[in-house]
Amino acid sequence: MFQNRLAVFGACIIGTLIFVAIFASYIAPFDPCEQSLEGGLTPPSKQHLLGQDGLGRDNLSRIIYGSRISIFVGISVIGISLLLGTLIGCIAGYNPGWIDELFMRIVDILLAFPGILLAIAMTAVLGPSLNNIVLALCITGWVGYARIVRGQILTVKEREYVVAARALGANPVRIITHHILPNILSPLIVEATFGIASVILAEASLSFLGLGTQPPTPSWGSMLNEGRQFLLVAPHMTTFPGLAIMIVVLGFNFLGDGLRDSLDVRKD
Amino acid sequence: MKDFIIKRMLLLFPVVFGVLTFVFLLIHLIPGDPVDLMLGENARAIDKEKLRESLRLDEPLAVQYMLFIKGAIKGDLGESLYNKKPVIHLILKRYPETIKLTIAAMVLALLISLPIGIYSAVKQYSFMDNCSMFFALLGVSMPNFWLGPLLMILFCVNLGWFPISGDEGLRSIVLPAITLGTAMSAILSRMVRSSMLEVINEEYIVTARAKGLSELRVIFRHALKNALVPVITVVGLQFGALLAGAIITETIFSWPGIGRLLIQAINTRDYPLVQGCVLAISISYVLINLITDIAYSYIDPRIKLR
Repeated sequence: MFQNRLAVFGACIIGTLIFVAIFASYIAPFDPCEQSLEGGLTPPSKQHLLGQDGLGRDNLSRIIYGSRISIFVGISVIGISLLLGTLIGCIAGYNPGWIDELFMRIVDILLAFPGILLAIAMTAVLGPSLNNIVLALCITGWVGYARIVRGQILTVKEREYVVAARALGANPVRIITHHILPNILSPLIVEATFGIASVILAEASLSFLGLGTQPPTPSWGSMLNEGRQFLLVAPHMTTFPGLAIMIVVLGFNFLGDGLRDSLDVRKD
Repeated sequence: MKDFIIKRMLLLFPVVFGVLTFVFLLIHLIPGDPVDLMLGENARAIDKEKLRESLRLDEPLAVQYMLFIKGAIKGDLGESLYNKKPVIHLILKRYPETIKLTIAAMVLALLISLPIGIYSAVKQYSFMDNCSMFFALLGVSMPNFWLGPLLMILFCVNLGWFPISGDEGLRSIVLPAITLGTAMSAILSRMVRSSMLEVINEEYIVTARAKGLSELRVIFRHALKNALVPVITVVGLQFGALLAGAIITETIFSWPGIGRLLIQAINTRDYPLVQGCVLAISISYVLINLITDIAYSYIDPRIKLR
């Protein structure tokens, strides 16, 4: 992977994002919620490098703090979805019959809702909040991982090393955790890397629609939504948060592409 | 072929039934009393009671469910709380606009992605190939709720070429279609390239070249025909995904489609309309997937044998 320059570049972007998110309070030049109405909509200047928003808050500081939301949602949604998807995929893949059928029909139903439609519907009824975003995205998030794990288990469970473990008397849990899972990790890692990019975009989309993070908490999507009202007079309010989202998503996509090539995973 | 289509259609029923159940349950996921949330806690008790009755929330859950399913089958999705009109009428009025936008985005995406994908595959690892694939990755990573406003600033505010919002004929569809279609064209470019690369080294292509056919004929008559088979599936699936993407694009450009209707319904807490919009979008998505599968089996006869 280290020979793939774009993947290394992607890893550097993600490293920077994590660093910025952790040390936001030390890096941000201003309090992200501190208002100064006389400075409202000021374009980029020496003091405020990325300008100020409608309430005079420093855009750079809000973007720096906004990275925490993206990282939190990205990691928590993918972490929970990965765990849930792996568990369900293992149960379905290792137990052909009605259990497998049941899970796969649930998967079919969840896949019938395109894109973030289900997340929009869920946050609309549950109310806009960060926790509800995580919940809504997890409900559909696990499906992809469950399908990968199930498919991989169906492929590898008849391999010789698994049959040998079974012949030695290993129980299904041990076979799955010690023999099967370590051998099917590569596609999961690749999928999770692309997944974080999608989740960050989804969170920003929901916040943009007013269904996610609520003011005054800084989030890139809600910053873009606020900026939309001042598109003609203060385009900097829309430009910089959008650029931040694109760079981070691009970083995860670069890394995902690199990992796929180096781990030799065929794209499904 | 007939068996395949029948089997595929039978598989549709549990999914549609599941979608209906999920959409029905949406209103029951509301924390607390849904009527309080829709009308506000300070609403008059008589109004609350009226709404509870009209939504049949006073009936047992099983009865509500049966009535919902029966109504949905007949096309009766209730009445909008805000517009006081049948939900189905509002959806049918707005849906053609979404379809128009989605088709425009799809056509645009195909016009961009096919030449780029083919050229990149034919000239693999060339400067143009690397540039195209870099921009394709950029296109996938660019949020449409950012691209839309950027296009507005450039083409509406600075250049004045297009109207900033609303439906004013063909000129007003250009920017929403670009916004919606950019990510799609990026995905398709990558797909066409990889699909062409797989085909281009096949023996029948070597044979075609050995016969002395021109490179253009080899690419367009022999390679592209087979390379497009998996691309068609992606086009079908992405067409459905565009319906979801249209929610944001329509909101940005105030496009009068079902996506904007959904967001308006959410903002006015018009839950019967939210249910109706979610149901309409997901059922269309399921049907598009079905049509894609059937079309795919016609194009590639090996599919129906599986």
